Amino acid sequence: MSLGHTIETGLRSLLGHRLRSVLTTLGILFGVAAVIATVGIGQASSDSVTARITSLGTNLLTISAGSSVTGGVFGGAGSANTLTMADVSGLQDRQSAPDIEAVAPVTQGRASIVSSSGNWSTTVSGSTAGWLVTNSRTVGSGEFISANDAATRAQVIVLGSTTASNLGVGVGDLVLVRQIPFEVIGVLAPAGSQGFGNQDDLAVVPITTAQDELFGGSASVQRILLSATSPSTIGSAYLEADQILLQTHHVTDPSQADFTITSQTQVLSTAQAVTQTLTILLASVAAISLLVGGIGVMNIMLVSVTERTSEIGLRKALGATPGDLFRQFVIEAGTLTALGGLLGVATGLAVGYIVPRAANIAVTITPLPVVTAVGVAVAVGLVFGVYPALRAARLAPIEALRAQ
Amino acid sequence: MAAVAEVEVAWSAGAAVASGLGPTELIRLESITKVYGSGDGSVVALRSFSLTVDSGESVAVMGPSGSGKSTLMNILGCLDIPSSGRYWFAGQDVSRLNETELARVRNRRIGFVFQQFQLLAKLSAWRNVELPLLYRNVRNRRALALEALEQVGLSNRIDHRPSQLSGGQQQRVAIARALVTNPDLILADEPTGNLDTASSRDVLAVLRELNEQGRTIIVITHDPEVAPVARRTVHMRDGQLIDEVAA
Repeated sequence: MSLGHTIETGLRSLLGHRLRSVLTTLGILFGVAAVIATVGIGQASSDSVTARITSLGTNLLTISAGSSVTGGVFGGAGSANTLTMADVSGLQDRQSAPDIEAVAPVTQGRASIVSSSGNWSTTVSGSTAGWLVTNSRTVGSGEFISANDAATRAQVIVLGSTTASNLGVGVGDLVLVRQIPFEVIGVLAPAGSQGFGNQDDLAVVPITTAQDELFGGSASVQRILLSATSPSTIGSAYLEADQILLQTHHVTDPSQADFTITSQTQVLSTAQAVTQTLTILLASVAAISLLVGGIGVMNIMLVSVTERTSEIGLRKALGATPGDLFRQFVIEAGTLTALGGLLGVATGLAVGYIVPRAANIAVTITPLPVVTAVGVAVAVGLVFGVYPALRAARLAPIEALRAQ
Repeated sequence: MAAVAEVEVAWSAGAAVASGLGPTELIRLESITKVYGSGDGSVVALRSFSLTVDSGESVAVMGPSGSGKSTLMNILGCLDIPSSGRYWFAGQDVSRLNETELARVRNRRIGFVFQQFQLLAKLSAWRNVELPLLYRNVRNRRALALEALEQVGLSNRIDHRPSQLSGGQQQRVAIARALVTNPDLILADEPTGNLDTASSRDVLAVLRELNEQGRTIIVITHDPEVAPVARRTVHMRDGQLIDEVAA
């Protein structure tokens, strides 16, 4: 039998069982759509994490305090109070650290800010003028914290644009943080929100004010942000910072250091690994549903072979070879999955279009998962169609004819 | 198509040389034995069964159920192969062919008529008649199918589904399907087993007419009313030929 007639015969038989064909197709459709949508969401979040981290600048180094050890229990990075303002001035020394452009100590916590028209809870960071440079931000209106503000423990605050608009305040207004009045001296230019979190929802106060008035009166800093003079000098900046801190902390064995220096590249690769793992996890779940859809195809093809035993017998009596019947049933299975695959792509693309608009979740559709999902769907159909097709091809014509 | 041509050549060569059959001999069964199962549970369905049928003959094979006539029909129809013995069909030894080769012989040489009609319910009459032609890549299938339907007197029913036809009409569609490939042999297995008397008469008349036109017909039946359709009757019991009657 020619391929054209085999396909025609297969299609006719599928059309003869419309509901069954549609339901089987649905199994594959959802599998393919799920793979495309989950991989798309995973890809989008990975992209946004990458974009956020690179927007912070590839010449940024972060120094975290080491872990506290209380009775043998490690408190985790940053729990020890090993970084001080002395370290900050040490790092600012142009002589011993020529490749470090700016230094910003950070002590932060969440706090509720109250204005005359409302209140808003956000992350309040205590820092210095260097914060602006290390974070690659600019001031939209007013001015940023100055060295003088830090020296005088000024009760001044700089707000992110989202925070400012949520509180309904501008430059010159007064807000209360933990009952302490602060004057808004500046509002940052928007940096845009990407994926998780919002870079425009924050507040910055002088570090001295934060240490003394807001976060418990300790002179320690949680983190120190450093920016190298350029992305190419980040390696030497790293070494200079390491040397200075080992000296000021009197650590002779570098493996015993009570601080950790991480670069953006490290953070980036860690974050990418995390999102990649999540994407793989999501895609695996979706792939399993595709597999289940494939088993559904096999199931329906087996039912079809059993149901049409006498038809198979008749076709054999009329001259159908085992090869003819094998091809006919494989084509039926292949058609169901190919159709499911194509409709699945359409559904997946529709999800990719609707979800970002309806739920504010970014979806990035790339060709690879689309092609792969369809390819896998068709492969699944063929693989799961082979066994029922072999059953049909191997039926003895007499037995098959007798099965009425 | 080249492979098909070779088979045809092999066939004619076989007819002339290999078997030494006379030009009119279509079928020769030489001591055919068919055993189902093995060991203690084995059943001998045919014992050293021999039969010769000439081209243009009509033969009725009669016997009670269990006499081995269904087995004979399967072997004659190339639906099964014998356990031992030889089967010459149109000069070709078909007793050792594989499934694909047997399928080709069935498609090109044999037209089947079954007791249950075996029409596909979703296809119209002419689509049913067309079926065997699909397995041999013929171009003018619709024309051939309509011609065959005309021969059985159903030109006015070509687009009817089997469910819209009477039993007798359905069996005539089945006969048209058997005819459409212009086969050497029409093999009918209890063709009137599911029909009332009037329809039976119709169907038998069609078969007789086909034979008169020169077609070889073998009818397998247990019904004495059917046997007269053939000019020669063969009686079977316990897998053996017991006597032969020429009408």
